[in-house]
Amino acid sequence: MSAQRRKKKTSQPHPQDELLRTDRLPHIWCPGCGIGTAFSCVITAIKKSEIPLDDIAMVSGIGCTGRMAGYIKLDSFHTTHGRAIPFATGLKLAHPEGSVIVTSGDGDLLAIGGNHFIHAARRNIDLTVICVNNFNYGMTGGQQAPSTPFGAKTTTSPIGSPEQPFNFCALAAACGAVYVARWTALHIRRLTVSITEAMKKPGFSFVEILSPCPTSFGRRNRIRNPLELVQFYHERSVIRNNIDPQEAALDFNNNLVVGKFVDTERPTFLDSYRLINRRELGDWPALEPKVPIPDKQVSG
Amino acid sequence: MSGQAVLTGIHFINGDEACCEGALAAGCRFFAGYPITPATEIAEGMSRRLPEVGGIYIQMEDELAAMAAVLGGSWGGAKAMTSTSGPGFSLMMENIGLGACTETPCVVCNVQRAGPSTGLPTLVGQADMMQARWGSHGDYEIIAISPSSPQEMFDFTIKAFNLAEQYRVPVMIMADEVVGHMTERVLIPPAKGIKIVNRKKPSISPKKYMPYKPDSDYVTPMANFGDGYHMHVTGLTHDERGYPVMDSATQEQMISRLVKKIRNNAEKIIDYDAYHIENADVVVVAYGISARSAKRAVMDARENGIKAGFIKLNTVWPFPEKLFNELAGNVKAMIMAEINMGQMVLELERCAAGQCLVRLVSHAGGAIIKPRSILEAIQATLKESS
Ligand code: SF4
Repeated sequence: MSAQRRKKKTSQPHPQDELLRTDRLPHIWCPGCGIGTAFSCVITAIKKSEIPLDDIAMVSGIGCTGRMAGYIKLDSFHTTHGRAIPFATGLKLAHPEGSVIVTSGDGDLLAIGGNHFIHAARRNIDLTVICVNNFNYGMTGGQQAPSTPFGAKTTTSPIGSPEQPFNFCALAAACGAVYVARWTALHIRRLTVSITEAMKKPGFSFVEILSPCPTSFGRRNRIRNPLELVQFYHERSVIRNNIDPQEAALDFNNNLVVGKFVDTERPTFLDSYRLINRRELGDWPALEPKVPIPDKQVSG
Repeated sequence: MSGQAVLTGIHFINGDEACCEGALAAGCRFFAGYPITPATEIAEGMSRRLPEVGGIYIQMEDELAAMAAVLGGSWGGAKAMTSTSGPGFSLMMENIGLGACTETPCVVCNVQRAGPSTGLPTLVGQADMMQARWGSHGDYEIIAISPSSPQEMFDFTIKAFNLAEQYRVPVMIMADEVVGHMTERVLIPPAKGIKIVNRKKPSISPKKYMPYKPDSDYVTPMANFGDGYHMHVTGLTHDERGYPVMDSATQEQMISRLVKKIRNNAEKIIDYDAYHIENADVVVVAYGISARSAKRAVMDARENGIKAGFIKLNTVWPFPEKLFNELAGNVKAMIMAEINMGQMVLELERCAAGQCLVRLVSHAGGAIIKPRSILEAIQATLKESS
């Protein structure tokens, strides 16, 4: 790097520096990885949300995406494998004025953390859960995940995965998430809009990001070149907003359906907790009709 | 939300209920748990009482989640606790380690039943004592205290919160099924008569704040979520800035402080009651429900002319090394009474360092130790030592 360029760098900070622990850079992510782009979208979304920075926390679990919490200059918590959501639940409930973003990978949130995911969505805890889905366990060198497509190779499915993956967006919606969207790491504008909307939405919001992992996943599945992998995702993705996420199972042979699938209203855990404890709803089962009824699901 | 946090007065309640009242009196406003016998009454009590005082009760999907939520609640600024028993305690170990590593004040009450596995869910045990100390992987120190009565369930729960806040460490209340379920008189003093300790907060500007730079007592001031300090908290080995650093020097620095924080403050943390240990030939040591059997046995022994003394451990971890090391030089024998196959007796042996006989009176669980068994052990041990 020439002296001139170095000088330019110090005099002109990057617009995202304000939200970065620049003293921790360079980051650990591989060249060509989608996490950097996803992280950049998260930062832009945080700025766009106009929520005061002191009121935002990021919680992550373990894995490549889990390292986001280490680079963001906010109150940030890098927890145990799979437990980001219950940690975030405690954080949010003890400090309800705060806005809590969970960023983690598919293995962390939906394998080891799957039970927590289901119940946080059911309770409608006011969290923004961002899942970077790279179809494998990247950090540990590329093992099979609950997202690994049937037949795809990983270090623990060397001939091909014998398992069926599941559709995270459909699961989130079925469990009661009020906001569900899926984009690839290339849909920068749409992804950023979705994250901002998710942050502003009271309740359990879920944004899945399909992200190229050239190092651990692409390499074993004959898409070694990062650019080629990026193009593969991009070419196959089709936007179908508002469809039932059940119909949006990922199919690498045909298309990768992306879009905003659910955007609805439902009382959050804290709303309901306060309502119940004020004893305003009467006794069950008579209380049921008095509970605010959510709008019809957009996806319906 | 008009409820009173401190129910000043005389009550007739069980140990689990007394634990709830102690927690509320200490300022606990967040409870995440999962029902399990014989600790369920604590969750039930908290679900009823916390909303009355503006606190949050949440029943999680399992104990892994409960412990994680307690840590989150603590960083959210609340005094936070959970309660459980053997199987749940095992599941909590993962995040107890995170709590120790990130120095998160919190309280875990283990109402012990007999194990291993499902064991005897409704019957007493004291076999999780080593698990409390060593249950999570890696090196760390925690604090554990052991109540012997509903009154102590109240008093020690307050003490547990105070220690957790003062030393930024998970504190275990190692109760047991009998203490949890027995109903006795519990005196709740007026709120102003209860000593409350709150975590140290940073006084310097966020720019200068080093979240893991300790004061002279090895404890670092703690910023909560929303205080504007933008701290990073990680279970990875971290430096004083809280940043992960993957090397042996940082590991040494972090772990030695976590350990020193408790060991070098041990004299201030440790609490015990001693009866007639001056000029005693034999001293019985016990904690939790077994301390009550032991006290009775020692009183009976003294009536029979035996120079017996008794130490009731209120703090079980850190173990009072200095006390027993000195005592071992002055007595013929020390006896540990505990409902397990020999756990804290190993500590007693270590501290005695061969200076006196150390014996165990115990059984595998399901019932308390009868005072008669302890008396017989006192007599047999004295015979052996003379
Ligand atoms: S291993 Fe994969 S997911 Fe992890 S940083 Fe590298 S490319 Fe990204």
